[in-house]
Amino acid sequence: MARITLDNLAHSYSPALKGDADWALKPMSLTWRDGGAYALLGSSGCGKTTLLNIISGLLHPSRGRVLFGDRDVTDLPTADRNIAQVFQFPVVYDTMTVRQNLAFPLKNRGLPAAQIAARVDAVARMIGMTDTLDRRARGLTADAKQKISLGRGMVRQDVNAILFDEPLTVIDPQMKWELRTQLKALHREFGHTMIYVTHDQTEALTFADEVVVMSEGRVVQAGTPQSLFDSPAHTFVGYFIGSPGMNLLDARVEGATAYVAGTTIPLGAPYAPPKGRVQIGIRPNAVRPAPEGLPFRLIRAEDVGHHRILRGEVAGAPFNLVVPEDQPIPAGFDRVALDPARIGVFVDDWRIEPLERAA
Amino acid sequence: MDKPVNNRAWLLVLPVLVLVAFSAVIPLMTVVNYSVQDTFGNNQFFWNGLGWFQEVLESDRIHAALGRQLLFSAIILAIEIPLGIFIALNMPKRGFWASLVLVLMALPLLIPWNVVGTIWQVFGRVDIGLLGHTLAAMGIDYNYVNDPLDAWATIIVMDVWHWTSLVALLCYAGLQSIPDAYYQAARIDQASRWGVFRYIELPKMAGVLLIAVLLRFMDSFMIYTEPFVVTGGGPGNATTFLSIDLVKMAIGQFDLGPAAAFSLIYFLVILLISWVFYTVMTAQRETP
Repeated sequence: MARITLDNLAHSYSPALKGDADWALKPMSLTWRDGGAYALLGSSGCGKTTLLNIISGLLHPSRGRVLFGDRDVTDLPTADRNIAQVFQFPVVYDTMTVRQNLAFPLKNRGLPAAQIAARVDAVARMIGMTDTLDRRARGLTADAKQKISLGRGMVRQDVNAILFDEPLTVIDPQMKWELRTQLKALHREFGHTMIYVTHDQTEALTFADEVVVMSEGRVVQAGTPQSLFDSPAHTFVGYFIGSPGMNLLDARVEGATAYVAGTTIPLGAPYAPPKGRVQIGIRPNAVRPAPEGLPFRLIRAEDVGHHRILRGEVAGAPFNLVVPEDQPIPAGFDRVALDPARIGVFVDDWRIEPLERAA
Repeated sequence: MDKPVNNRAWLLVLPVLVLVAFSAVIPLMTVVNYSVQDTFGNNQFFWNGLGWFQEVLESDRIHAALGRQLLFSAIILAIEIPLGIFIALNMPKRGFWASLVLVLMALPLLIPWNVVGTIWQVFGRVDIGLLGHTLAAMGIDYNYVNDPLDAWATIIVMDVWHWTSLVALLCYAGLQSIPDAYYQAARIDQASRWGVFRYIELPKMAGVLLIAVLLRFMDSFMIYTEPFVVTGGGPGNATTFLSIDLVKMAIGQFDLGPAAAFSLIYFLVILLISWVFYTVMTAQRETP
């Protein structure tokens, strides 16, 4: 087990770098503490799998270093890094039984038979496959195969980290929840450093202590699920996290006031005069229907159980409200009020801090 | 799911049945017809029952040809299958070299069989052939015309040259279908090179390998053109395989009855051995 440090890491798949767009992974530095549960979150093609493969040594980075603890492992091959990885699609050794599959990584490392048997039994219990241990892996369902892959990832106790590359893509929703809970429990029990790649925010937010949000090869924010939700550092984080995502409106900001399409909106604190494209962002649950405020046109209401989503637009831009189920919606309302304390100001997509928080 | 039963659907199969009847069933039946009749000429045939079959089954000459044939197919498979797998494993996976190697590998497969025979017939000649002459110059007493062992060696090397590509290309296709994640997982599991082959590559190749074995068995068991061109079945009967013997019998001696019985037995033997191969090779996959 070890702390993982990414030092000025960058990667490009094309050898000749022409511009910024050629980086699959833009230069970044990150430190992950030993025993943490981390999620790499981002849409397809944002570089999260590239980053994972660099950590596991399947890819050699174009620049920068990867450190496990204090040891530079950038040039070490995968096998010497002592990590485990679970892939998006189940990788099982078809001709082996489930037991042999689970024992394979241990056998290759020459562990004594008794120890292997004990570990295999323990892992089989975790993934709930004790009954099928002696079945051939071929012919099992995708669920079961992926559970074997997960089991093979966790069978070694001394790994530096366990990497998961969207491991629950092929699993049924019900089983997904169960396996995720199990992973979480395993993390608490054994304290392995776990890095979990996903494009599913629910998975990331429920699994990880810290979520690293990536977009277009760049780490846009790393933080706890709460901080990502409350104060996204980038508009991408704002609309990627949360369902529906953050409302973003083009605005003019002067001091502690924003102007959107001619309407005055008080901000919680004064801002320095911004330069560039200015937007204000607010979570849909910090907005409520009001007699006066921002003109809003309701398009449709969706009842999603414990709350309702009101979808509409403000000044031509999509704008959503989340209203608790028990709160009545005034008929024909056409104005909304924004909670000043929860408005964020973004300049060229990056969040800026106010000069001082008003008391 | 319940589907409605409609017997008129059989009409749609009719064209295929007619086609197969004319291309396979009727020719086969004429052979069956010959196999149970005898003639003293003048196009006068009479019933001979299973006489010819008995004669063929008891014939020492055909037993010997069958023995040679089985040995030949066994040697061919024992060389071409492992060699084909080995070549496929070492072929470049992508890029310019992959295309080039694919073209080179496909070349022998595109040469007409009698041309392959002619190439090796000339190639192996001691007087003008590059191979034969070189071997002679090195002091090796090689002569496929006189020496049965040299004749066998020549024909086997020729067949390996001609057909190993097929096995290699099939295996290559099987290997290409393995997702990268399998190799990555194997590296993470610290599998040895042998482990990767045994537990990833071989199982994934099993399907195409079955096809390769069946094709190579059937083709080698029916081989005619190349040995006919190179050795004509000689020296003596050393390289007289079943089909060469059959042609000698049917066209050389014009023994239509025995030749027809021989053909049918030949056909059944190929069917039987192919079935055994198929059953054995798929049995392992079926077991849970």
